[in-house]
Amino acid sequence: MNAAQIVMPALGPALPELILSLGVLVLILYGAFRGERSAEGVNVGALILLVVALFAVMSQPGTKVTTLNGSFIVDNFSKVMKALILIGSAATILLSRDYFQRARIDRFEFPILLVLCTIGMLVMASANDLISLYLGLELQSLAAYVIAAFHRDNLKSTEAGLKYFVLGALSSGMLLYGASLVYGFTGTVSFPGIVAALDGTAGFGIVLGIVFVAAGVAFKMSAVPFHMWTPDVYEGSPTPVTAFFASAPKMAAVAMTVRLFIGAFPDVTAVWQQIIVFVSIASMALGSFAAIGQRSLKRLMAYSSIGNIGYALVGLAAGSQEGVRGVVIYMIIYLAMTLGAFAVLLSLRRGGEMFETVDDLSGLSRTHPVLAFCLAAMMFSLAGIPPLAGFFAKFYVFAAAIKADLVALAVIGVVTSVVGAFYYLRLVKVMYFDEPVAAYEPMPPGLRIVLALASVVVMLFWIVPAPLVGAAGAAAKSLF
Amino acid sequence: MSAAAAFFYLFAGVTIASGFMVIASRNPVASVLFLILAFVNAAGLFVMMGAEFLAMILVVVYVGAVAVLFLFVVMMLDVDFAQLRQGFQQYLPIGALIGAVFLIELLLVVGSWTIDPGLVQTPLNPVPAAEAVTNTQALGRVLYTDYVFFFQLAGLILLVAMIGAIVLTLRDRPGVKRQNIAMQNARTQGMAVETRKVPSRQGVEV
Repeated sequence: MNAAQIVMPALGPALPELILSLGVLVLILYGAFRGERSAEGVNVGALILLVVALFAVMSQPGTKVTTLNGSFIVDNFSKVMKALILIGSAATILLSRDYFQRARIDRFEFPILLVLCTIGMLVMASANDLISLYLGLELQSLAAYVIAAFHRDNLKSTEAGLKYFVLGALSSGMLLYGASLVYGFTGTVSFPGIVAALDGTAGFGIVLGIVFVAAGVAFKMSAVPFHMWTPDVYEGSPTPVTAFFASAPKMAAVAMTVRLFIGAFPDVTAVWQQIIVFVSIASMALGSFAAIGQRSLKRLMAYSSIGNIGYALVGLAAGSQEGVRGVVIYMIIYLAMTLGAFAVLLSLRRGGEMFETVDDLSGLSRTHPVLAFCLAAMMFSLAGIPPLAGFFAKFYVFAAAIKADLVALAVIGVVTSVVGAFYYLRLVKVMYFDEPVAAYEPMPPGLRIVLALASVVVMLFWIVPAPLVGAAGAAAKSLF
Repeated sequence: MSAAAAFFYLFAGVTIASGFMVIASRNPVASVLFLILAFVNAAGLFVMMGAEFLAMILVVVYVGAVAVLFLFVVMMLDVDFAQLRQGFQQYLPIGALIGAVFLIELLLVVGSWTIDPGLVQTPLNPVPAAEAVTNTQALGRVLYTDYVFFFQLAGLILLVAMIGAIVLTLRDRPGVKRQNIAMQNARTQGMAVETRKVPSRQGVEV
C-alpha cells in the first residue's frame, strides 16, 4: 500500500470534539506544571473550551455528513443534542466553583474530567455505529465514576462512586453482549448496515440482542427497572456533580438511545416499541410514587429525573417524527428545569453548612422571595402546569403518543404526572406557607447566572416557542 | 495424527484443565498461576492459527501485566476467600436460574443461526494476501487508517483512567523526606563540613 492510497478522513464535522480534546491536553499540562494553584485558571479554561465548542457545533451545516469511515455522523439532531450537552457541562462549571472551594476539594482535575466526559457525550450523540457508541459511552461513564467519588474523604461520595462503577460495568457488559449478538446476526456494526442487513425482519437472535442493548442504555438513562443506582449516587455525590449527572449525561444517553433505535432498527419498530413502552410506564410510575416519601432534596431530584426520563421515552415509544420532536423539546426544557432547581438547591448554605432536606426550604418566600419564586416556577413547570415550559414538554410527547395509537400510554402518563404534581407542589407549600427558618447566605454569582437563564427559558417559553420547537422539528426530521 | 493436531489437543486440553483449576483451586495464588498457564496455552493456540501478533500481545499484556497485577493484589491484600464464598449456597438457586435462562437463550440463538457460505471463504482469502504481509502489518494498516477514530477514543479512555487513579489515590503528605538528586550533586564541602578551631581545654558547643 502506498502512502498516496491513504485518504485523510474529513475532520471538519468532528471539529467540536477535536477542540475539546486538544484543549483538554493543554489544560492537563497547565494544571500539572502549576500544581494546585491552577484550579481557577483550569476552570476558566475549561469554560472557554466548552463555549468555543458550542459555537463550533452551532456553526456546523445542518446537512447530514458522515466521516471517519462512516462511524461519525453530524446532522441537525446531533447539533441540537450536542448544544444541550455543552450547555449542561458549562453550567456545571458555573455551579461547582463556589461549592468546591468551600468543601476544600477545589482541584484542577475536576474541570479536566468534566471536559473529557463531555467529549464522550458528544461522541455518543454522533455515534453512527456500535463501536463508536460504546467507546463514547465508556469515556463518559469512566469520567463520571471518578467525579462521583471526587470528594474522596467523604464516605458517601466514595460509596456513590464505587456503586456507580460496579453497576455501570455490569450494564456495559449487557450492552456489549447485546451488541455482539446484533453484530453476529447482521454481520456489521454500522447503523445503516444493520438496517440493510435486517431488511425489515428480526429473527430471535436480533430480538435478544435488542433486549440486551435496551437494558444497557436504560441503565445509562436511569430508567426503571435499571434505576436502582440513581438515588444513592445522586445523594452521595457532591451536589454540583449531582446537578451534572441529572443534566448533560441524560441528554447524551437519550440522544444515543434515539439514534440507536431510530437509526439502526427503524423497520423493526414492533420489537423495541414494547420494551420502550414498558420502561416508560415503569419509570413514570416509580418516579411519581417513590418520590412522595423523600425528605432529601437530592433523592427527590433523583426520582424526579427517573420520572422525567419516562415522559421523554413516551415520545420515543411513538417511533414517529413527531415523537422524536417531542423527545428533543422535552430534553431542552428538562435541562432548563433541572439546572434551575439545582442552582436553588446549591444556594441553601448558612455558616459553611449545606442544607439538603425539604424542611430546610420552609418559609423561603419570606427570607429569599426571588429564590423562592424561581424554585416555585421550576416546580410548577416540573408538575406540568401551563403556561410554564414543562406543560408544553409533556404536551408534545403525549400528542405524539396519541397520534401513534398509544392512547393508553398517554393516559397513564397524564395520571402519573398528576400524582407527581403532589410532591412538586408540596415544596411550593413548604416555601410559601411554613414558618421561616434563618436566612441563607447570598447566592454566588455563578449560581445566579444559571438560575436566571433557566428561569427565563422556563417562564417565557410560551411567548416565543418557535425557535426551540423549530430546532427540535429540524432535529427530528434529520433522523427520518 | 499429525504433529499440528497433537499440539492443538495439547494446548487446548491444558487450557481447559487449567481454566477449571482457576475456579477449583483452594489457594488463590495457585489460581492466578493456573490463569497464567491458561493464557500461555491460549497464546500457543493463536500461534498455531497464524495469529502471532495476538499471541505475543496475550503473553505480554495478560501474563506480563494483568496476571502479575492479580498476583500482587492476592499476595498483598489480605483477602479472606472463605468469607467471600460464604453467600455461595444462599445465592446458588437464583444464580442457577439465571444461568439456565442464559443457556436456553444461547441454545435458541445458536439454533437459529445460519452461516453464510460466503463467510467461510472470507478468512481463507484475506485482503491483502496472507503471504504478502505479516499480521502485525495488516493490523497496523487498518488501525491507523480506517479505525483511527476508535484508536484515539480508546487513548482518551486510558487517559481518563490514569487521571482518575491519580485523583482518587494520590495524597500529598507533608513532612515526607524526599531524595533531591540535584541538591545532592550540588553539595559542596562547605555545606557538609564545618571547620572550627577548638581552643585548648574549653571545647566547643555543638
